[in-house]
Amino acid sequence: MNEVTQTRSNLSNSKRVAGAFPYWHETALLVLLVALMTTAHVLSPDFLDPGTQLELLTHVYEAGIIALPMTLIIITGGIDLSVGSTMALSAVTLGLAFRAGIPVFVAAILCVVVGTAAGALNGFFITRVKVHPLLVTLATLAAYSGIAEGVSKAAPVSGFPANFLALSSGGIDGVTIPGIIWIVSAVLTTVLVIRTPFGTYLYAMGYNEVASRLSGVPVQRIKYALYTLAGTASGLAAMLFVARRNTAKADVGNGMELDVIAMVVLGGTSIFGGRGTIIGTVLGVLLIHETREFVSWQTNRSELNSIFIGALLIIAVLLNRVFANQNSRTA
Amino acid sequence: MRPSTIILAAATTAALLAGCGNHSQSSATMGSHGASGKRISVYLLPKKKGVAYFTSCAAGAQRAAADLGDVDLIYDGPTDGSPEAAASMIEQWSLKHADVIAVSPNDPDVLAPAMTAARAKGTHVITWDADGLPASRKFFVNQATSAQIGNALVDTMAKDIGPNPTGKVAIITATLTASNQNEWIAAIKARLAKYPGLQLVAIKPCNEDQKLAFQATQDLMKTYPDLKGIWGISSVAFPGAAEAIKQAGESGKVLVTGLGTPNDMRAYVKGGTVKSVILWNTQDLGYLTVEVAEAVATGRLKAGATSFDAGKLGNKQVVGDNVLLGNILVFNKDNIDKYNF
Repeated sequence: MNEVTQTRSNLSNSKRVAGAFPYWHETALLVLLVALMTTAHVLSPDFLDPGTQLELLTHVYEAGIIALPMTLIIITGGIDLSVGSTMALSAVTLGLAFRAGIPVFVAAILCVVVGTAAGALNGFFITRVKVHPLLVTLATLAAYSGIAEGVSKAAPVSGFPANFLALSSGGIDGVTIPGIIWIVSAVLTTVLVIRTPFGTYLYAMGYNEVASRLSGVPVQRIKYALYTLAGTASGLAAMLFVARRNTAKADVGNGMELDVIAMVVLGGTSIFGGRGTIIGTVLGVLLIHETREFVSWQTNRSELNSIFIGALLIIAVLLNRVFANQNSRTA
Repeated sequence: MRPSTIILAAATTAALLAGCGNHSQSSATMGSHGASGKRISVYLLPKKKGVAYFTSCAAGAQRAAADLGDVDLIYDGPTDGSPEAAASMIEQWSLKHADVIAVSPNDPDVLAPAMTAARAKGTHVITWDADGLPASRKFFVNQATSAQIGNALVDTMAKDIGPNPTGKVAIITATLTASNQNEWIAAIKARLAKYPGLQLVAIKPCNEDQKLAFQATQDLMKTYPDLKGIWGISSVAFPGAAEAIKQAGESGKVLVTGLGTPNDMRAYVKGGTVKSVILWNTQDLGYLTVEVAEAVATGRLKAGATSFDAGKLGNKQVVGDNVLLGNILVFNKDNIDKYNF
């Protein structure tokens, strides 16, 4: 495929091109999700019990929360590999502050502040020092987790008070507080992307950053904000994770970055930027989560999980190809 | 190109669904609470799946399930050894209405909430191999008391050194916070009182990394050129220490003993670097765990019991809420080929 047709097919995939139905990928994900749940219903009806589903969903909320800013970052053509390490750094801050006698909710605020600061530092290197996000966040992936391990000496802190642990268990009708935070953030992010100029700028930056900058898009400010936001989300996720598992230590969030990026890419966001939706990401999060839970539910062999997730990602890539070709014909 | 990608996508989907289907059949026959009497589902959770030690425990557990006949045994655990993943699995299993969950906790504090919640939902929870918080489980299937292990380690070292043992000795442990290992170290220190000639000079962690154990041993031999013996008290520390001694050409001069599986240590025993390997029978540990799990579910084993009939293993002592496996094995070049785990 030469460069011209590549650009053409990218453009024709934009949800802003009139005429073509822009949500093929999301529809396909929804079909896959329904197919999975139907299979699950036939094979083991207990899995679909609402109480079971709600309790299992508590396993994925932290990843879901981080996936939202990650989607925005990838739409602009960037990447953040440091979210897992940022979680570790934030969690360790929470743990050490709590152990030092600081009230737990003050420590929790500190946790989110440290996450935000870690994200802002990424933003600083990317926008001011002008290093590629992949390199910056690859470096801070190692650095943040190194700091977290160093200051905590890899020792866990637990024994948090019940009113703090309630952050992960309280909620409405079985949807826990982290779930409510995820749903509300997803709706807000969707509005931000669809209804504001900011949203339009993200796609423009992903297509062509130079042209966007020359057209007056505040490219650097937006990047700074996005990486900072990813840090805040990671700090928040770390706080919720510590509350859910009653442990703060340096391997919290280990491998989270790949999990989250897989969810976003499965959701149809192009790793080259310019394309992606929040609803796609939400579907990607749900599809990976349900696959993972159902595979271990059904087979009792957790090592199979990665095979199924890998197969899902391959399907997503192939679907993407099919729809990209189809859309370029209809355009 | 387009038709081929569609075919590929369809094929992958089909393979995925076929995969689901196959597993459902095998587990449907295994996991159904069929008409043939009450089946008991026992979920056995190791610290880490895919490690030789736990795989051999699982083999024994599998035999117990076959012998008992009324047990559906499911063996699964985190492949990365993360306690958070283990907690998620416990939550999922209690949602599946497991009768018994037997946990080897890799972090008692992290697992306690999930274990307590499972108990509240009516699942019996026991621990094996390593203990959890007492409130989070009913019984602990204990491979050996720390005194038994400490005594075996010290007595074996003393015997291998020879009559009237004297000299400097050191320990390579897992991590400085590992609770099993710390109890064993305390027991080693207590037992050393019996051998005034032996002087414990250092305790080094290897953070469950064989390369670090190797380095720590090299450093120890440099710092104490007259070092007489080393204990490697985890299945990772032991081979690391043995390899360092072997490569330094100190085999037989610096004695090394510790806890490890016969398969891991066989080459060192035959090569003469290691005289004795100490471990409980891991298959029996798995066997006893499933026996206890079944007995707890059927009510055959109740709090306050002082002994327990563990089928083929015979009668086992119960002290408080600990069921003791009891016998510690010492492997040397004469008997190691009789064991395969």
